Amino acid sequence: MNKTSKKIILGHGSGGKLSAELIEQMFLPAFTNEFLSPLGDQAVMNINGTRVAFTTDSYVVNPIFFPGGSIGDVAVNGTVNDLAVGGARPLYISAGMILEEGMPYEELERVVNDMKNACTRAGVLLVTGDTKVVEKGKGDKIFINTSGIGIIENGVEISYQRVQAGDKLIVNGPIGEHGIAIMSIREGLEFETEITSDTAPLNSLVQDMLQVSKNIHWMRDPTRGGLSSSLNELAKASNKGIVLHESEIPVPESVKAACEILGLDPLYVANEGKLLAVVPSGEANGIVDAMHKNPLGKDAKIIGEVVDEHHGYVLLKTSIGGKRVVDMLAGEQLPRIC
Amino acid sequence: MKYIDEYRDADLIKKQVQKIHEITTQKWAIMEVCGGQTHTIVKTGIDELLPEKITLIHGPGCPVCVTPLEMIDKALAIASRPDVIFTSFGDMLRVPGSEKDLFSVKADGGNVRIVYSPLDAVKLAQKNPDKKVVFFAVGFETTAPANAMAVWQAKKLGLKNFSILVSHVLVPPAMEAVLDSPFNIVQGFIAAGHVCAVMGYGEYEPMAEKYKVPMVVTGFEPLDLLQGIYMLIRQLEEGRYEVENQYTRAVTREGNIPAKETIFKVFDIGDRSWRGIGVVPNSGYRLKEEFAGHDAEKVFTDISSINSKESELCISGLILQGVKKPHECPAFGKECTPMTPLGATMVSSEGACAAYYNYGRYRTSTG
Repeated sequence: MNKTSKKIILGHGSGGKLSAELIEQMFLPAFTNEFLSPLGDQAVMNINGTRVAFTTDSYVVNPIFFPGGSIGDVAVNGTVNDLAVGGARPLYISAGMILEEGMPYEELERVVNDMKNACTRAGVLLVTGDTKVVEKGKGDKIFINTSGIGIIENGVEISYQRVQAGDKLIVNGPIGEHGIAIMSIREGLEFETEITSDTAPLNSLVQDMLQVSKNIHWMRDPTRGGLSSSLNELAKASNKGIVLHESEIPVPESVKAACEILGLDPLYVANEGKLLAVVPSGEANGIVDAMHKNPLGKDAKIIGEVVDEHHGYVLLKTSIGGKRVVDMLAGEQLPRIC
Repeated sequence: MKYIDEYRDADLIKKQVQKIHEITTQKWAIMEVCGGQTHTIVKTGIDELLPEKITLIHGPGCPVCVTPLEMIDKALAIASRPDVIFTSFGDMLRVPGSEKDLFSVKADGGNVRIVYSPLDAVKLAQKNPDKKVVFFAVGFETTAPANAMAVWQAKKLGLKNFSILVSHVLVPPAMEAVLDSPFNIVQGFIAAGHVCAVMGYGEYEPMAEKYKVPMVVTGFEPLDLLQGIYMLIRQLEEGRYEVENQYTRAVTREGNIPAKETIFKVFDIGDRSWRGIGVVPNSGYRLKEEFAGHDAEKVFTDISSINSKESELCISGLILQGVKKPHECPAFGKECTPMTPLGATMVSSEGACAAYYNYGRYRTSTG
């Protein structure tokens, strides 16, 4: 019946099941190797005794300016974060700009300025780049690709293979702000809200965490597809079960309200300045305390744990005492009808 | 969130659950009519908190699920036209037609957009005078006032390029269809709160009397549902069959009179086909003759030849009537998943099959 998988549809870029299917059926068979196969946010290579993390990401955001940031901010922060959650210290990034004919000079200048400031804040240097221009109508003002490299210190080993039953799951703060900030001003959606994107570089926070304990087992920045996608990937890769406690998950009132109105679930909404960390139970409180001292971790909380049951599944204990499976999104999250 | 958190309060919920346990002495099968209620039940796990004697049956109140395949195919045909901007509520986009869905039409270059209100589609028509803007008007009585208002406004504005593809259905005839079914096991209804907010509940009283079936008009938060279930079980246990109103903060017996007036300025009642159920007499709305210029089926006359057949594997008709539970379908979770839905009950997050798959798979797969 479903013949849609024969063509690329928007859902293939949603970070959910369709994206995973595309990677597993098309990209992985073509390129598989020991660095790619773990499908982390970054590849880790040992080069002359130094462990180097390498990542790339493309940014297609509409609108390009939104409350709390711009495509320039997320293009730098996103790549910095993909390195940081691998335990790496991000050092250098590249930028490939695809500009659409007719884009106002002034807008490009604002994007570039945001990228400059984001690099300064994250402490990375933009060391190489490229520019292409496509005909009007063939792009969406601007697409940016950034790649980045960073160094992983000895003793830091972040991998789903280290995740064990009993480990605690930490989030560094309230979820859902970026996705709702974008949706709130997108065309056709008359929704007034003060929600601003959480876009931020997480490398300083990760360094603070590693200062307390190098024994962090796993980390991810839950961007597209939200918490649900990242945790489902972890559950499936590690073949462990994950339990989330709904009452512990920080969701800002404004995001909750927007999700109620829009018929969305905050667990599936994108973040750009959040990280999930799985750490040994005995070290969880110490790590959370350290996170609280960093502005980007001041609302950090333990929101769940890893269990040796329902392997491969994420289970949510609801605040009223029920439970349900948190599945990965099939395609894009669709607003409900009424 | 004020006025929402109160209805999700864990302590109050525990007390309400306790009260239901205390009054339940025998087996009861009750149906929550509305898809939004099914969504809350499965999302929060209410069904697990109830006594085993109570069986919840998920009713036909999911507009996305009951829109017939033929209408989806008509929507796809219209949306594929280069001169059209096709607008819809979000969850209609993944509903499979005979060959594809609206997302694929979009991938093929069709101008398909999600809107949150039909009035946004009217604005699109004003902004794009060179395009024909079509809104896919699906839903129950709840969405009818806004859809009627959109057509009313378009006519008032003299907009020649705005039309709606109507697949509007009504709740009471669907409830009667359930009660008239030879398979019926439903003993009481959790009636749909938002539908009643528009229509009131006066029209349910003759039905409760005729079929001797109790009904409780109920809201959508966990505490609403538990209170509604409590009131319904109390009626069943006491042998009463009245229409009671749990959702007093939104529903009156008369309903929203200006909204009803708007509906009947624009729509007439007529027969409608329901996906998986078939044609139910007087079960939907159609545009009045004077609004024919805004009726997509009359604007795009070539779609009248579309006549589609449903998948034979899919038992969504039985599921919508409460005769079968989703996991009792042999295709559930195998041929039919949210990625590859065979029927619309798997597509919409409000659909009973998708709700079971997304939120309950672990439970059903381990017994």
